[in-house]
Amino acid sequence: MKQTLTLWLLNLLQASLMLLVAPLLAGIVRKFKARLQNRRGASLLQPYQDLRKLFSKESLFADNSSWIFRTAPVVIFTATLLAASIVPIIVVDLPSAMIADVIAMTALLALARFWIALAAMDIGTAFGGMGASREMTFSALAEPAMLMGVFVMSLGAHSTNLSTMVHFALNLHHLHPSVAFALAALLMVSVAENGRIPIDNPTTHLELTMIHEAMILEYSGRHLALIEWAAQIKLLLFASLIISLFAPWGIAETIGLLPILIALGCWFAKIILLAAAVAMLESALAKIRLFEVPNYLFTAFVLAFLGMLVHYILEVGVQ
Amino acid sequence: MHLLASTSCSLQLALAAMFSVLLAALLSPCLGKRSDLQRLAISLLIALSGALAIAAGISGLLGDTAAATLPIGLPWLPMHIHIDALAAFFMLTIGVLLMPVGIYSVGYMKSFTANGQSLAQLGIFLPLFALGMEGVVMADDAYAFMVFWELMSVSSYFLVTWEHAHEQNRRAGFLYLLMAHLAGLLILGSFAVLYAASGSFTFAGMRGGELSAGMATAAFLLAAFGFGMKAGVVPLHAWLPEAHPVAPSNASALMSGIMLKVAIFGFIRVTWDLVGSDAFIWWWGGLLLAAGSSSALGGVLMALQQHDLKRLLAYHSVENIGIILIGLGLAMIFAAAGHPLIAALGLIAALYHTINHALFKGLLFMGAGAVLHATGSRDMESMGGLIRHMPITAALFLVASISIAALPPFNGFVSEWLTFQTALLTPELDNTLLAALIPFSASMLALAGALAAACFVKVFGIVFQGNARSKAAEQAHEVDRWMQIGMAIPALFCLLLGVLPTLFIPLIDSVPQLLIHHSLAASVQAGHWLWLTPISAERAAYAAPLLITGLLLVGGLLYWRLHRRNNRILRGSVWSCGHPHLNPRMQYTATSFSQPLRRIFSGIYQPDKHLGNAYEDHPLIVRKIAYAVHVKDLAFDKLYRPIGTATHHLADRIAREHGRGMHAYLAYIFISIIALLIWIAR
Repeated sequence: MKQTLTLWLLNLLQASLMLLVAPLLAGIVRKFKARLQNRRGASLLQPYQDLRKLFSKESLFADNSSWIFRTAPVVIFTATLLAASIVPIIVVDLPSAMIADVIAMTALLALARFWIALAAMDIGTAFGGMGASREMTFSALAEPAMLMGVFVMSLGAHSTNLSTMVHFALNLHHLHPSVAFALAALLMVSVAENGRIPIDNPTTHLELTMIHEAMILEYSGRHLALIEWAAQIKLLLFASLIISLFAPWGIAETIGLLPILIALGCWFAKIILLAAAVAMLESALAKIRLFEVPNYLFTAFVLAFLGMLVHYILEVGVQ
Repeated sequence: MHLLASTSCSLQLALAAMFSVLLAALLSPCLGKRSDLQRLAISLLIALSGALAIAAGISGLLGDTAAATLPIGLPWLPMHIHIDALAAFFMLTIGVLLMPVGIYSVGYMKSFTANGQSLAQLGIFLPLFALGMEGVVMADDAYAFMVFWELMSVSSYFLVTWEHAHEQNRRAGFLYLLMAHLAGLLILGSFAVLYAASGSFTFAGMRGGELSAGMATAAFLLAAFGFGMKAGVVPLHAWLPEAHPVAPSNASALMSGIMLKVAIFGFIRVTWDLVGSDAFIWWWGGLLLAAGSSSALGGVLMALQQHDLKRLLAYHSVENIGIILIGLGLAMIFAAAGHPLIAALGLIAALYHTINHALFKGLLFMGAGAVLHATGSRDMESMGGLIRHMPITAALFLVASISIAALPPFNGFVSEWLTFQTALLTPELDNTLLAALIPFSASMLALAGALAAACFVKVFGIVFQGNARSKAAEQAHEVDRWMQIGMAIPALFCLLLGVLPTLFIPLIDSVPQLLIHHSLAASVQAGHWLWLTPISAERAAYAAPLLITGLLLVGGLLYWRLHRRNNRILRGSVWSCGHPHLNPRMQYTATSFSQPLRRIFSGIYQPDKHLGNAYEDHPLIVRKIAYAVHVKDLAFDKLYRPIGTATHHLADRIAREHGRGMHAYLAYIFISIIALLIWIAR
């Protein structure tokens, strides 16, 4: 009983960690990018200050907006946060992983996306409709790649429970070829799902190319802050998911102060590495044309599917 | 008389349900003069029948099964009916939609009587249609099955041709009748094979028949094509989006919501029960899986390109039948490979989606009916902003949209989750071909689910959000209480089935017990009603009650924090980049929303675009631009039309022979006799 309580407390701690570190990750990526472009860049804490500024401003809604528009930031934030709280980052055995598995996690993210697209349609502006149409189309194409990528790991672990999947990844003694395929697919999907270059550019408001930004154009003040924060949590969620599924070394398998501190340090170091990789990628690549995106996502799907086939042909029964 | 003496409560309830709709059909013509009373009587008797069917279904699922012989039928061929776990489950499915649709009809049909339209046709055939569906499910012999099946098909023909003044509706009706009878013929063929093997028309006798592998395959294929045609499986589906939208909305709800499920029922009855899971051959499930995947993807892709609301919903039925078939196909594969526990899981997933689809699709059609009632149009391009005029309809429609998009915490997610869990057990199979096909189906399922979400963003966004695109939409009004209650009931069920799967699955667990003698109940809960755990807790778990608690708790807190009294929200007009007059025509439309997909999947859609510009004297000054794009259903052009043309050619050829005169006929008779003699002497 006591151990369950400790686990739940750790779970809560981990969720708040995700919540609090998310803006920092955005700050780190921006800093790396600035350094790569020979700029000094804003402070690492700039995203926190941006959020604080937005939270203190008043919100302005369009006359014809409905309750969907009003609830959207809350739904998006809640669903993303709940999805983030089931990814093991410090301890393997999260009690919340029993509540929702990896399929439910993607579904929670889909719920957030559904609601933000509805909010974009709410005012009836052309930008909102355009953003919603593009976001829903591309995310639909990303969905099979995302699920197949995760399922490769699920098949190996015989489970869709994220804790069990991390256990499986920890006990992999040699590199499985299928895992490499899944990793490639998930990396590609993560870039697309988070609206990063080369799929979408989170810093532009150019109507011809924007996807995510077009949907939230009508938001302001604390409602906008919540949406921005949710987007940062989502980025951290994907980074943590990839770390936990493919490089979980260091994560605490037992409960104790030392293992948890080590796990925290390892996770943070890996997050910084990933942030550097994202910054490098975004500085080196240009945004691809909108109608090249399906090809990109199709490639990701083919990679994930190959991973699945490789798993059946080479790995089932061999283990 | 012995019927009433029967001790089984479920059977009496089911018979009462059937009697109630029969009474409605008989009473309706007598009340022709008093249309208000007629409307009330028909609708409430249908609702009563639904309530009785729910009660019969639940008591049947709890183990109260019985059989009886009806005092009607031919002297040497009496009609047998029974209620077992499978029949009970489908009675429940029929009931959960029939009851709300009955209540909804009280309000919905008011607009017909107010316009002076007669309810004569609707009043007879709507109850008869319900009677036919209940009868098919209850049938215990092939004769009763076919009689009720035809009753269902023919009476629904009269619902499709309800507005027969439009030529298009008569054509849709004819196509529907044709396909329904072709399907009926194939199903009859399937029963004929089973009769040949057993010498009995009763299901009990057919179960005992000795089937060779060839005969079993013949029965399976005939049933698959027959029931598949009726259920709208790609590529046989093309009649469905023509027929379902033109019926009155309460009838559309029943046709898409439960008539397609009756076809699924028939398929399960013939293959799993009569042929039996012991006779399954490995590729049967593969065939179902392929058909299911193509239906799921094809249906949703076609739905995305529709702007007629009811037609769009009809295509979504094709998609959802595909999802059910994927579950059934997986179950069949695992049953054939000797993994009955996994097969039970697949079967539960398919059944769960069956009842889910009945609920949310019924609700969606009722919502479309409410919108049609309020705006007088089915064309989405003329709607917009209805969330402000019809807040309750909008909220209930949204519940159904989230459910059909398979998003938590509603019911659509649970059945898709169970289907994914079944698909992930593939490594238990030895067959490499199937092991590669199953992940492919799973990814098609994922794609279809995500595209369905895109489609319902489009539907809800265009119909209920933004600004009104027509005068009628601007003056729309909320529907009456009867219709609201009719829509609220399935919405409530959508939530309950989404949150409490652990209470519902043990109830329907008696179906796999009956069909494959394996139960899932022990493993599905892992000892606690909060956690849904197919197979085992280590494999996967989903605790919907906790998830929704978390969502409400965190969300509620945030919402309260965001909208406290001192946190005012300013209101202003939309920023229009300095343009003085924004008008509703500047909004995104249904056609523009689906443009990216039209481009990405242009190979499937083959869109037919027309751009016509009108100029002002000079070619540089454009006065007017007209843009039209049409997407055709490939199945129509590539399958239906060629078969139709070939039939015409054949008929022409034969007709020519008819005109040849007496000597030619004598020659035919002579040739036939010679041929017969040779055949006999052989």
